[in-house]
Amino acid sequence: MNSGIPEEADAIEVGEWHRVSPLTIAAQGVKTLASMIVPAAFILFGSALQSDKLATIAPYAIPILLGIIAINLLPAWLGWYRLRYRIGTSDVRLEQGIISRSARSVPYDRIQDVSLEQKLVPRLLGLVEVKFETGAGGKEELKLFLVTEKEGERLRETVRALVEETDEEAAAALPTAEGGEAPEPALAPGKVLFAMGQGRLFTYGMFSFSLVIFAVLIGAVQQLEFLLPFDVFDYAERYIRDEGYFEAGKYVSGMDTAARILGVLYLFLTVIVVGIASGVAKTFVRDWEFRLERTAKGFRRRRGLLTKTDVVMPVHRVQALVVSTGLIRRRFGWHGLSFISLAQGSGKANHDVAPFAKMAEIEPIAQEAGFTLPDGAEEWRRPSPNYYFDRTLIAALFVTIVGILVFTAAATSADQLEPGMFIIAGVVALAVGLIALRGYYLWRYDRHALDPAQVLSRRGWLAPQVKIANRVKLHSVEIAQGPLAKWRGYCRLNFGMAGGSFHFDGLAVEDARKLRTAVLDSIASVDFAQLPR
Amino acid sequence: MDAEPLTQLDPSYTTVMRIEGLLATLPFVIGAGVLSIAEVVPAWAPGIPVLILAVLLIGVLPMKRYNSRGYHMADDRLRVVKGVMFHADTVVPFSRVQHLDVEQGPLERAFGIARLILHTAGTHNASVTLPGLPIDDAKAMREDIRQHVKRESL
Repeated sequence: MNSGIPEEADAIEVGEWHRVSPLTIAAQGVKTLASMIVPAAFILFGSALQSDKLATIAPYAIPILLGIIAINLLPAWLGWYRLRYRIGTSDVRLEQGIISRSARSVPYDRIQDVSLEQKLVPRLLGLVEVKFETGAGGKEELKLFLVTEKEGERLRETVRALVEETDEEAAAALPTAEGGEAPEPALAPGKVLFAMGQGRLFTYGMFSFSLVIFAVLIGAVQQLEFLLPFDVFDYAERYIRDEGYFEAGKYVSGMDTAARILGVLYLFLTVIVVGIASGVAKTFVRDWEFRLERTAKGFRRRRGLLTKTDVVMPVHRVQALVVSTGLIRRRFGWHGLSFISLAQGSGKANHDVAPFAKMAEIEPIAQEAGFTLPDGAEEWRRPSPNYYFDRTLIAALFVTIVGILVFTAAATSADQLEPGMFIIAGVVALAVGLIALRGYYLWRYDRHALDPAQVLSRRGWLAPQVKIANRVKLHSVEIAQGPLAKWRGYCRLNFGMAGGSFHFDGLAVEDARKLRTAVLDSIASVDFAQLPR
Repeated sequence: MDAEPLTQLDPSYTTVMRIEGLLATLPFVIGAGVLSIAEVVPAWAPGIPVLILAVLLIGVLPMKRYNSRGYHMADDRLRVVKGVMFHADTVVPFSRVQHLDVEQGPLERAFGIARLILHTAGTHNASVTLPGLPIDDAKAMREDIRQHVKRESL
């Protein structure tokens, strides 16, 4: 690499090597610093408590901190210096590595999309992260760390234009292109399909009950406890060993019934309030200013409070729709819509397009993507009841056996039967009842249907999920049977779909055959290369 | 379309599977021999499971597997059926084939058979393997499918 590399030219020159913005180094430095603040605070706090240690450390603290930052900045600078990219005529190239170099080239006709992401610190510095998604299982993504916002936008436009060009060339080679979809309707750029205001976000958050905060707290305590001036687990151990709970028990038994009930209520309320509050907070951070637009290039989704993401999903790369809901939100008519897309890779990319919406809002989005939501006209069919019976029986047997084992173990260790043991029997009976109910309910409500252009599947007990796949976008069909399935006359129907899985469990064999024939006929009639990519 | 007769594979595929079974049993025979010599258990005891394994892997399973396998090549799709215990019946339309492989291991080469592998863009069933084809058939099928893929793309 020589020094003749021009710093950011005004427009992106095709075929020129570029470096990313030098601010990258600053972003890297801030990141390191931020990750050090918490341990540093703990150390300072811990030593401040312990006699005069602080006085010993204080004079050195700042030089040490600066040293650590410098040590971290050097590789960041070297990494920046040794990283360059080129937007070529037929591919994007990225060369990086301080000592061992790697050069990656991604041809345009393999790039599914270019997405921009802004984490908090880069955002303050006006940087974006550019990702070239290839749909090659996530790992092979070409990730270009941090360029300036303008540069990112330009990169995206340039690469998109070049990608379109190669696509058009490919399309021009197929004069008889009769794709499974009508040509994209020309739309005014940036038509907002779905947006979530603060009110909606708040409602969404209310339904996103999450207790993850407790796990985070416990995890943090485990990670950082060595920095605390006292030992948490020691404290807990002492509490149990010294019968601290006895004191607590005495305190509780000293209260009257009303106070006890109030106490329990208080506990539950606290957990619920914390759960809801963290759900709201999480939702606000993730989905702040959620906007889904239909642009000329596809669906564009922007969201995020601290980490801002900007993703464009080309319409013709949408393989299937998933309409999901939750146990409680469903009662209020809230549903979520997400896409299964060719550029999904390992499922890491999140393609929620309307995470919390009424069906009336979801419908136009689905239509825009070229799908139609089930309207009751299709002929829904049920899987084989044998499948649910067998599964329920197996689950119930498993629970019963575990229950018997636990009961035997308890009985032998206690020498005599105690009434408490019959709680085990009760729990087992309850679990078996629930399993049976679930099996019956699933059989009643799991269903699938076939309409002229799509395969539809509805699965789930309390929070049913509807999956809609385009028939011509499937790649293979398999009917699989295990020994039990063969004996009981049902099977699993697997569709090969790019970017996701699509299968039906427990279909009657006859039904599966019919489905397969119908789907195969529509697949075989359209060539994959003729599908708009 | 499920009524059409399946084409059987090359009979030497059974022989290849028998030899593979033989190779798979060998380590167990050696292990059993060591156990017998070491006199940890009665000398005849390790022989029994090994014998059962050998009968299964060399005698019974290859024939059963051979009988359960088959394929049907229609104008625009290939159907591959397999599985003794776990039955699978896969259909791949030629129009969805991304690329094709014909593979041969040393054993397969000795018996003049090959595996035809069809790759699709789907996540599930990304590649469908059809083993035990006479090498010439496999090549002919590959050419057929390739022609088809090419024709449909033009």
